[in-house]
Amino acid sequence: MPPLLSVAGLRVGFDTDAGRAQVLDGVNLEIGRGEVVGLVGESGCGKTTLARSILGILPRPPAVIESGRIDLDGTDLLTLPARAMNDAIRGRRITYIPQDPLGSLNPVFRVGTQIMELMKWKSPDGKARRGRWPGLFTPYPHKRRRADRARVLEALRAVQIPDPEAALRKYPHQFSGGQRQRLVIAMALLTEPRLIIADEPTTALDVTIQAQILALLRRLVKERGISVLFTTHDLGTAYELCDRIVVMYAGQEVESAPIDRFFAHPAHPYTRRLLESLPRPDGSVREIPGEIPGLVHPPGGCRFHPRCPNAGSECGEHRPPVDMPEAGHALRCYHPDPMEPPR
Amino acid sequence: MSGFARILRKIAEDRVALIGLVLIVLLVLVALFAPLLATHPEDVWEIHPELRLLPPSAEHLFGTDRMGGDIYSRILFGARLTIVIGVVAVGASLLIGVPIGLLAAFYANWFGDLLMRISDVFLAVPQVILAIAIAQTLGPSLPNVILALSLTYWPWFTRLVYAETKRLQNEVFIEATEALGASPWRLIVLHILPNISSAIIVRISLGMGFTILTAAALGFLGLGAQPPVPEWGRMVAESREFLPMAWWYALAPGLAIFLVVMGFNLLGDGLRDVLDPRLRKSPGRRAAAAVRRGS
Repeated sequence: MPPLLSVAGLRVGFDTDAGRAQVLDGVNLEIGRGEVVGLVGESGCGKTTLARSILGILPRPPAVIESGRIDLDGTDLLTLPARAMNDAIRGRRITYIPQDPLGSLNPVFRVGTQIMELMKWKSPDGKARRGRWPGLFTPYPHKRRRADRARVLEALRAVQIPDPEAALRKYPHQFSGGQRQRLVIAMALLTEPRLIIADEPTTALDVTIQAQILALLRRLVKERGISVLFTTHDLGTAYELCDRIVVMYAGQEVESAPIDRFFAHPAHPYTRRLLESLPRPDGSVREIPGEIPGLVHPPGGCRFHPRCPNAGSECGEHRPPVDMPEAGHALRCYHPDPMEPPR
Repeated sequence: MSGFARILRKIAEDRVALIGLVLIVLLVLVALFAPLLATHPEDVWEIHPELRLLPPSAEHLFGTDRMGGDIYSRILFGARLTIVIGVVAVGASLLIGVPIGLLAAFYANWFGDLLMRISDVFLAVPQVILAIAIAQTLGPSLPNVILALSLTYWPWFTRLVYAETKRLQNEVFIEATEALGASPWRLIVLHILPNISSAIIVRISLGMGFTILTAAALGFLGLGAQPPVPEWGRMVAESREFLPMAWWYALAPGLAIFLVVMGFNLLGDGLRDVLDPRLRKSPGRRAAAAVRRGS
């Protein structure tokens, strides 16, 4: 069975005053049906740009999609007309959980208004016919509204919002951060999407709430068979949520492995350094020597080679091809480390 | 409690804003009931040469003017003109300025830049001068004054709407709404515009004050309504040559203009405090307000 989402050779640049920054340099990514994939990398490695490319909400300009394909269920999203993307993909087949739960609800509308607005246009029961101009006068039939409302209440119960009826009448500022994130998760699930893109959804929350929300999210998507692309810079949260982890470095994906294998047998030198850089119980932290390269004039070949202890001359010339040391474990490195558990 | 009642209560807690609100309400009442309140309603149009320049008395509360008209009655009817000028000019500025600001923010390319540069051109010329030039070119009359004011005030709305929209476009909830498939126009009209409505309301109140003051200035220069229309600026202008002998003549219309403009400005500042949490007044004043209401 083909994967639900497949990103192939995606190159995205941003035009800046200093020249074009190559933020994504031929990225490949596949997400299977019902699979939860963690996209891990340092800040600025292109995680958010990849997420926005899939949703088609890159600000263009300055962003430029140079080449590549993004296929969702066999549809190339990059060639899809903007209107079809809006009507049929965003909010229907792909939904989004943004980075900052505190700012992700519109402060001037009641929560119920916002959710019903989403349901009016994107309900899985069939959407409102698009009227003229921004659809200001499109009617919302009473019968469908009632059905949608029942569905909304059920979704709020599923994310464990106490007293959903009352919650719909409140404004976003009357909820705590964790509750607001639950509301956003409920909205992301309501339209029965095939794929949820969650862009560091728990970074703004404290650790105990984080764990609860991640467990809840994992349970809900597994029950419904929804795929998730979860971007994070934190391997710990990725471990709690994901089936598979993809590591990105400076706009290139370097390694992809199922969660158990990833932690047990990391092979790419960057992945190993990343795992070793996690704080240890004795309090020591190992840094990765060197610095993240600038993206306007990035190093050629594998972008990690200037910092890589294993690098040979070919590493700077060509990007390593995909190597599959084992089924499901993809690696792009000429000189991988021996696949032993890290220290 | 509804949002409107909450805003009213908050304004009532702020003494300065309350003064503004009371002044505006008085203006509206006076304009509505001018025929009932006026002691000599016919004096708007009739002249009584035998009653010229009488000082204030029980019969003529604010005295009489050079045509023998009762200044008190003329001021009351002038309130109607003042409201029409303010509402129409600010309303037209709003209808021109807000869509242009939204368009400029929506098209982040040469077109948006062009719109903003056009609005800059209007702001580069002092507004009163520009309004005088327009009113002079079109010929002195009340509709032309209103048109001139509309043409000079809209860039303030454009700049405000543009800046606020640009700021909100970076907010996470706007990105989230976009990611859930709201079309770009829908995003701007239904999700961003309600967020900036409070800033627009404040600008409307301040704009009323400014527009009325400028209209009075144009009337003073003889560019506005022609006699015998009881326009306040015009009345101040007429009083100039009689100032040494008839102090009351300039006082009444001047005071009326002052009170109304002050009312709108105080109300605008008060609304800003109530509606826009980012521009809260200093903690000192807030604490004082808290003490006053005993909390």
